[in-house]
Amino acid sequence: MRYSVFSLLAQALKGHKGWTPAWRDAAPKPEYDVVIIGGGGHGLATAHYLASRHGVANVAVVEKGHIGSGNVGRNTTIIRSNYLLPGNTPFYEHSLKLWEGLEQDVNYNAMVSQRGVVNLYHSDAQRDAYARRGNAMRLAGVDAELLDREQVRSLLPFLDYETGRFPIQGGLLQKRGGSVRHDAVAWGYARAADSRGVDIVQNCEVTGLSVENGRIAGVETTRGPIRARKVGLAVAGNSSRLAAMAGMRLPIESHVLQAFVSEGLKPLIDCVVTYGAGHFYISQSDKGGLVFGGDIDGYNSYAQRGNLPVIEDVMESAMALWPGLGRVRMLRHWGGVMDMSMDGSPIIDRTPVEGLYLNAGWCYGGFKATPASGFCFAHLIARDEPHPVAAAFRLDRFTTGRVIDEKGAGAQPNLH
Amino acid sequence: MRIPCPHCGARDAQEFSYLGAADPQRPDGLDATEAAMLDYVYQRDNPAGRHRELWYHGAGCHAWLTVTRDTRTHAIESIEPVRRRGAGAAA
Amino acid sequence: MSAQPFRLAGGGLIDRSQTRSFRFDGRRYEGYAGDTLASALLANGVRLVGRSFKYHRPRGILSAGPEEPNALVELRAGARREPNTRATTTELYHGLEAASQNRWPSLAFDLLSVNQLAAPALVAGFYYKTFMWPARFWEKLYEPLIRRAAGLGRAAGREDPDHYEKAFAFCDLLVIGAGPAGLSAALAAGRAGARVILCDEDFRLGGKLLNEKREIDARAASEWIADALAELGSLPDVRIMPRTTVFGVYDHGVYGAVERVSDHLPIPPAHQPRQRSWRINAKRAVLAAGAIERPIVFAGNDTPGVMLAGAVRAYLNRHGVLPGREAVIFTTGDDGWTTARDLAAAGATIAAIVDPRPDRDPALTALATRLGARVVTGIVAGATGGRALEGLTVRAASGREEALSCDLLAVSNGWNPTLHLASHQNTRPAWDDAIHAFVPSAPPAGLSVAGAAAGRLSLALALVDGARLGGEAAAACGFAPKPTPQPPRTDPEGVAHSPVWRVRGGKRAFFPRKAFVDFQNDVTDADIELAAREGFRPVEHLKRYTTLGMATDQGKTSNLAGLAIMAEQTGKTIPETGATIFRPPYTPVAIGALAGHHRARDFRPTRLSPTHRWSQDQGAVFVESGLWMRAQYYPKPGESDWLTTVNREVLAVRNGVGLCDVSTLGKIDIQGADAAEFLERVYVNGWKALPVGKARYGLMLREDGFVMDDGTTSRLAQTHFLMTTTTANAARVMQHLEFCRQVLWPTLDVRMVSVSEHWAQAAIAGPKARAVLQGVVDPRHDISNEAFPYLAARAVTVGGGVPARLFRISFSGELAYELAVPADHGDAMMRALMAAGEPHGITPYGTEALGVMRIEKGHVAGNELNGQTTARDLGLGRMVSAKKDFIGRVMAKREALVAADRPVLVGFRPVNRSERLRAGAHFVGPGRSATLENDEGFMTSVAYSPSLRHWIGLGLLRNGPARIGERVRAVDPLRDGDVEVEICPACFLDPEGARLHG
Repeated sequence: MRYSVFSLLAQALKGHKGWTPAWRDAAPKPEYDVVIIGGGGHGLATAHYLASRHGVANVAVVEKGHIGSGNVGRNTTIIRSNYLLPGNTPFYEHSLKLWEGLEQDVNYNAMVSQRGVVNLYHSDAQRDAYARRGNAMRLAGVDAELLDREQVRSLLPFLDYETGRFPIQGGLLQKRGGSVRHDAVAWGYARAADSRGVDIVQNCEVTGLSVENGRIAGVETTRGPIRARKVGLAVAGNSSRLAAMAGMRLPIESHVLQAFVSEGLKPLIDCVVTYGAGHFYISQSDKGGLVFGGDIDGYNSYAQRGNLPVIEDVMESAMALWPGLGRVRMLRHWGGVMDMSMDGSPIIDRTPVEGLYLNAGWCYGGFKATPASGFCFAHLIARDEPHPVAAAFRLDRFTTGRVIDEKGAGAQPNLH
Repeated sequence: MRIPCPHCGARDAQEFSYLGAADPQRPDGLDATEAAMLDYVYQRDNPAGRHRELWYHGAGCHAWLTVTRDTRTHAIESIEPVRRRGAGAAA
Repeated sequence: MSAQPFRLAGGGLIDRSQTRSFRFDGRRYEGYAGDTLASALLANGVRLVGRSFKYHRPRGILSAGPEEPNALVELRAGARREPNTRATTTELYHGLEAASQNRWPSLAFDLLSVNQLAAPALVAGFYYKTFMWPARFWEKLYEPLIRRAAGLGRAAGREDPDHYEKAFAFCDLLVIGAGPAGLSAALAAGRAGARVILCDEDFRLGGKLLNEKREIDARAASEWIADALAELGSLPDVRIMPRTTVFGVYDHGVYGAVERVSDHLPIPPAHQPRQRSWRINAKRAVLAAGAIERPIVFAGNDTPGVMLAGAVRAYLNRHGVLPGREAVIFTTGDDGWTTARDLAAAGATIAAIVDPRPDRDPALTALATRLGARVVTGIVAGATGGRALEGLTVRAASGREEALSCDLLAVSNGWNPTLHLASHQNTRPAWDDAIHAFVPSAPPAGLSVAGAAAGRLSLALALVDGARLGGEAAAACGFAPKPTPQPPRTDPEGVAHSPVWRVRGGKRAFFPRKAFVDFQNDVTDADIELAAREGFRPVEHLKRYTTLGMATDQGKTSNLAGLAIMAEQTGKTIPETGATIFRPPYTPVAIGALAGHHRARDFRPTRLSPTHRWSQDQGAVFVESGLWMRAQYYPKPGESDWLTTVNREVLAVRNGVGLCDVSTLGKIDIQGADAAEFLERVYVNGWKALPVGKARYGLMLREDGFVMDDGTTSRLAQTHFLMTTTTANAARVMQHLEFCRQVLWPTLDVRMVSVSEHWAQAAIAGPKARAVLQGVVDPRHDISNEAFPYLAARAVTVGGGVPARLFRISFSGELAYELAVPADHGDAMMRALMAAGEPHGITPYGTEALGVMRIEKGHVAGNELNGQTTARDLGLGRMVSAKKDFIGRVMAKREALVAADRPVLVGFRPVNRSERLRAGAHFVGPGRSATLENDEGFMTSVAYSPSLRHWIGLGLLRNGPARIGERVRAVDPLRDGDVEVEICPACFLDPEGARLHG
């Protein structure tokens, strides 16, 4: 059933008895053209674009738990394309453009809200770095504005401009950045993919990859074997575990990244702000909660929970940036497991196993990348060649030295 | 998280910095191959479970420590100063 | 109207001699010390306290504790306003001000209650299905409306005037909750000699026992509590922390807690924080947090006047407040009957006791008879009343319905263990069929669960559990437990119970009366059914789709009912449907508390150079440089802007002599027989041949082949080197060197220590530098050009015997020295240099002038050492030795890192010399459009050169060195800049280095 204000009102008259499941709870068939492992945002988006853009609908998305139970529902919901390096910028800009048309594409309101993203700077060197980045964005056709302190103040009057340890000097603004209702992204893609015949198979954990003569043949799962001509891995957080099933080691560590939400408040802050003197970012959801986060905890972890040092560090940055938050209460905190790659950038590529494709290494950037990641992964799987905007995300870039290291932090994942 | 430093006793993990897996061995010397070095610098087992890893007690004794920790539960199984390796001679 | 019309004449744990006046929504009321805001409001007959989130329905007080979903207020005013504050846990203080929230213009008349008319469309997730057309209307129209309507209270938005502290504590046993189980645990462990910390979120210790008329060892429970507290107070290693909420369980026995030091006072006393956040390190912990009573889902169950039965007892017995005069009890267990007994004893009329269980204990019927209360074997099918409860529809087992009039409905549906902390490490609780509730399963290591929190719901079990687990914890910490005394005897209590999760409505109507599952987020049973219909059946989907349990109470009173209704829809059991797990914190925690003093100037430590005071005396303007404050420039009276000052400083150095503090550079002392070999391996260039008494510029890479840091290292003796690092990388390089020594090459005979803070260091630069130094360095040291040439580095003495180190190194390109003295002498050194330099016109200069001169000389700094550049990129490829192994050697040779078209450092000057350059501009070929494809690099650093009288820049340009003399455009679309620049060598001044050797 198509969602619209009319169907909603029609159902209201019938006590909403006529709604049907948003997607079928499919049982796995013995064979598919493509099996996507991972029912998160990226996997579901891949399925949607395979079906809608490439006519490949004999697809299963297999998910060990319930769709959307990983990072797509654990992030701070920010979207932006304010990247520095030519390997990244066009990709994230492609993603932002897909976000801009997402609701109409999938007929699901994910509340894509282009409220603006401001990255604050606190020193001349930081200003120069943001100028370099902002200009790189403008050269790539992405919107960017360099603001001075007074321009930032007019946008965000309540921040601490004068008395802070690292006074705010200005900011880099991307007006088209913003936030999205994260769960709805998974559900919207799932519903759209399902409507084109994709099977969404939940509670189906992959226990092995079948490789025959160097070629993928299918997957072993807790719901039995499934044969497939092509298999795509979209299991960020657990990429190393799955890749190991095909005998691969990856340039990835799994780390926990925590996120936080405050109690619901009347509107306080309109755009997304990132603090430049600490790793901290904050925005307010439509429901009123302030959503914020900081650094990864910094040690390998699959535990989906973190510890107090980072929690306190995030709160300190919050107070340093915005002293009016003192009496606002943090309601919940949680953790997600990130694929932290060795250069801080993702991988969308073929693997040494023919027919096995890898989508991994999303670091902090996974959520905002969701549409383009799915779009480019679908392109790669369907055509066996990389999409031009994702062409730099190769697995062999570490061998060639074509690393995409936005922060210049080197081969140490917890510094990215 | 608390890390039982063999020199200083149990201390808050905030006193330490984390590097990563302890097992990769640097291929020393002028005859080190690019393949071996790539493996050392970039490739990781990244297990869910028992993990030997390097921590540096920067706010304490400045020792590099090998911690064996479960990445699913964070439980620490053992900790010791980095293992003395046989020869460190380069070329 | 009499003051406090619902206050009982006697009884309760309040102090009637201590009146507390307060305001709610501007109206003045009175309560007593020992009241909560909720109990004081009820004593004054105030039942309507808030409006709900979505439908703006009138809401009252449901509970008497932290689980409260409805009675949320804005507490205090102005910059101290605290939105969403639970009235049920707010300790009443004199002058308290509170306001209801989420209503306009007033609580009684709220315009947005029209949302109730639209309710048929505003079902769970309605917003996912609409507002999609036209696309651009979302940000402009729909979303602003939604945002304005959403949210609950209003944050102050202004700087919090109070301050906060952080504290650390260590103990053998942490006891969480000071009810009967917690007190018993603390006693058992404390008697054995263990260090015990006992925390309770309440301001009065005793837990639920405070609310009950119970007896322990044939005495009133209050006496048992008093004795226990007295004994605990007498034990030397027991610390009792009331008003302290343990909010989270972290790894390895770390517990987060917040102590509300001053929240019970109008403002914090002088020198006291508002709250203190604790990191408690405990070898063992006992969770004795009790249990939370469950409501029942029926039509109109959110009407003010519908209250949990246990909360009714709390208001009666603890606060001396009668929550209603004409009461109905709706209970599915024996426990609710106690409320009838206590209400009747307080003078309320019991209109009926409604209990669906046909096979009740006959003693209950006898109790009803004694109370003169009617008993209905059935259920409450609906409540009527808008802003206050007016009556009920009661449905007997036969199906016959009747209307009853009442002003209070006490609901009892069993208890859920307060297991939140036990599930903080993502362990799922287990279902217990005996109590129809989830109980902790596999709690975090070191944590055990006692009493009601473990699902052992009687007082007797709480006392036994607490004593046993407290003793076990002490034993585990090495204390011999004292022989356990006989467990105290308790009076009998009925715990039989058979829950009813929801009562289905009667006749269908277009506007059926809603039955709420999650009060705060306005989630109804129909929403759960819709979620089931649409496939949002797994508990995580259910929660996220309907927002069940996502409100400020995290679903403490709603999650289980939601699961139960979902289970009913899907034909599964509750445990098959899912489990209720909770994320930290247990109750919301103020951001300020977790930040402590780390705000404003104290956000991070401030590091001051040992010469800081001297710089201040010279009138320096300081700038943040990492944690350091460094002198940026030294303005003189009459200088209109910073550039004027910096130009003067630069020219003073170029033409005379200048003095600059460089103490912030990292300094690492490296010693040992293999020290030179060690440097060979960490730097790209050679060190073995460096003579004693000489300095050399060194460049180190990361193992991935990119530049990590640079600096000069001096050989002070055959086996003794002093390395300098950049200010920014000092700690990182130290860690890296220790890694190399300990992990990579433990057999090398070398040791190192950071001496960054032990030495004050100054650069003396300019043609007259030597003349100045000769006035400071003790005369027995010959520092003539011949005796102390360029790159000499030696120990000297200054000022008559003060040990010092002198290095003839130059960042400015002039004849220059760096002089280091022990940090304590730093100030004196600067003043001595100034005095000696006075005849030569010595001029202090700051980081800006330093930066200008290094750009003039083409030296790289932070903007070039950005972690993305190789030695070759920086024009330093010639330094790289091919004869030895060193960190980064292999990876630096990868094809992309040696590609000919990589951007390499060159210099730039504007073709039109009057134009300004800007760092961050990108290079585009002449006549080409400014696009990503045409991007050839970027400007890393710029400066105005007062010597050349125009702007100069350094930048990374594709194939730069081969293009010297060509022109490109430096485009800066962010600032509308587009400057034609000429490519030149990176060194603008004295390329032969003649000045260095002067």
